[in-house]
Amino acid sequence: MNKLVKLFITSISAITLALVSFTSSFAKVDGEYIVLGSAISLTGKYSSNGVHTQNGYNMAVDRINKMGGVKVGGKSYKFEIIYYDDESNPKRAAQLAERLIKQDGVHYMLGPYSSGLTKAIAPVTEKYKIPMVEANGASRSLFTKGYKYLFAVLSPANQYLEVAIDLAVEKNGGKPVRIAQAFEQDAFSQDVRLGILDAAKRTGSEIIIDDKLPKELNDMAATLAKVKATKPDVLVVSGHTKGALTAIRQISEMKVDVPMLAMTHCDAAKLSKQHGKNSEYALCASQWHKNLSYKDKFFGGGKKYDKDFKKEFGYAPPYQSAESSAALLVFKDAFERANSFDRDKVRDALKDTDMQTFYGNIKFGPGGQNVAKPMILFQVRCKGDTCENKVVAPTKWASDKFYHPIPKWSERG
Amino acid sequence: MDFLIFKAPMLMVQASLDGILLGILFALIAYGMALQWGVMNIINIAQGDLVILGGYIAYTMYLAGIHPAWGVIVSPIIMFFVGWALYKLVINKVVDRDLFISILATFGIAIVFQQLMNFIFGADVVVAQSGYGTTMLFDNSVTLPNSKIFSAVISVLYAIALVIYMKKSRLGRAIRATAQNARAAKILGVDTEKVYAATFGINAALCGIAGALISITLTLHPYVGLPYTVRSFMIVIVAGLGNLPAVAVSGMGLGLFEEFADYILGTEFRIGAVFMLLVFILVYRRFKLSKKREYLK
Repeated sequence: MNKLVKLFITSISAITLALVSFTSSFAKVDGEYIVLGSAISLTGKYSSNGVHTQNGYNMAVDRINKMGGVKVGGKSYKFEIIYYDDESNPKRAAQLAERLIKQDGVHYMLGPYSSGLTKAIAPVTEKYKIPMVEANGASRSLFTKGYKYLFAVLSPANQYLEVAIDLAVEKNGGKPVRIAQAFEQDAFSQDVRLGILDAAKRTGSEIIIDDKLPKELNDMAATLAKVKATKPDVLVVSGHTKGALTAIRQISEMKVDVPMLAMTHCDAAKLSKQHGKNSEYALCASQWHKNLSYKDKFFGGGKKYDKDFKKEFGYAPPYQSAESSAALLVFKDAFERANSFDRDKVRDALKDTDMQTFYGNIKFGPGGQNVAKPMILFQVRCKGDTCENKVVAPTKWASDKFYHPIPKWSERG
Repeated sequence: MDFLIFKAPMLMVQASLDGILLGILFALIAYGMALQWGVMNIINIAQGDLVILGGYIAYTMYLAGIHPAWGVIVSPIIMFFVGWALYKLVINKVVDRDLFISILATFGIAIVFQQLMNFIFGADVVVAQSGYGTTMLFDNSVTLPNSKIFSAVISVLYAIALVIYMKKSRLGRAIRATAQNARAAKILGVDTEKVYAATFGINAALCGIAGALISITLTLHPYVGLPYTVRSFMIVIVAGLGNLPAVAVSGMGLGLFEEFADYILGTEFRIGAVFMLLVFILVYRRFKLSKKREYLK
């Protein structure tokens, strides 16, 4: 009798357990909703870019849902995203990824903001074999670890400013140039630096100043004084928004004359808004610009995206929002091609992605990075007191001519 | 390591001037810290965050279309009340406790301030434009932003004003009396509670001035307060409490040290060099003290 009871209890619990695991394996699709999960920085130091990312995701979800949703197995599904605030903290982000996967039963993830947080989450999604499409982690090291479930719609960080060196060499009549560079010591900026080192090697250029910037940077007068003394052909600065803002402030105050200035994060720094005319002629790397002529059926083109985004959120979309919206277009496309909710099938479909979105062409390389889209460079140009970003490279997308060399401060009004 | 600076004398001049101008600004913040450390025996970890908050006040004015330089008047007034309120809410509960409690309390205040500033002003790095232009020396080979000169001049003016105030006014004398011996001052009728509140307020006001100056010379961000705390802590350690000339000299010394470390070791070691120096000085002082003790024996 006792044995029988035991057996009964065991079998009941076994069945319950099986049921639980069975239902949770279907929790990824809840009724007519496909549930995606994302840890995102809504507070902490990345909060402004975190919000740009979230707005990009939300805009795409609304748009796709409104335009018929995702068709899988002849049925139409809608996207829904569960967000958690990771407080801009990598440890927290990794915990939240576990929570999304284990407790909320999410089976498809969207990336967080920044390379650092993506690096924290990727091992978790990889462990549980959860496909993640991310739009804001560009660090090269993300794509060299052999991750199988990570896909990035953006170009990797080492490509950010390579084009600028090529451009400088071109303007120098094909001869090697002298480069001064200052990079923050974080994963992203150091990757940008590696790209410059490659480009310098390729073109035989010489790096005469190679400074590293601290995390709490707000003064780079020493670097700039050296630049002034050594007169390089091009100055490259990458240190997130504070790097861009500090550089422009002190270059204009110290009247540093350099023929070419290339930077990252000008968009997020709202460079021309904060520094006005002083930021003119700065060359900025960008993942996306509204004037590019890529198209898709959901957002139309870049200009339309720009307009719709402004209408919905009240500000012009930075590229962080555009790439985040593109991540959902990739997911939709992959679900429809896989025609299934099986994680591995979706993952294989993601791997074979080859599409055009308003943000650019998307095709994933073996490491998961987007290999189909080049980085673009824009240059800040001012008319009177209003400044605009004009695309100047690569030539295929250029709307304006690259202005070179930058006029000396004594000749600038 | 980069020894370019020794090959180019103009760089040396540039570094020295930059260092001194910046050092004067640091000295102002450090003076505030020395004052309330001396009077209340509290090491204020939130010092740097008060500075940044003061900067955001100037930045807000700048956004509203007022020239940010007016921040050096508006910001200390607002910050005085912030400091006063902070004392009434938190500091008065820890003022008689041991140093560790007050460090913890001000550390907590620092975190709260950072998050609040992040919440209100956003996580973006911001700058306010003074439009003051640049002074060029030696045929344009040394450049000094006028905003830096302006900030040094304002710092000196406020420091002088404060010294006079401490010497002449009733409250100033009460503060000095409390610093010397709080119990005796109390017995002689000084309302020490009020003195403490005023001291904390004055410290916050000094931070407000420095913050407004930083908004037009450097950059603002909710999380860059700590380096300012460390710098002022270090200046005070070197200079001692309640000694303004020493604070000024050690402030300028620190500015010079930082600037030269920046040129020689590289910008990434700028703050690191300050920390290293702090460690050296603390060890050195301990060493000297122990020698003294031996002598006394």
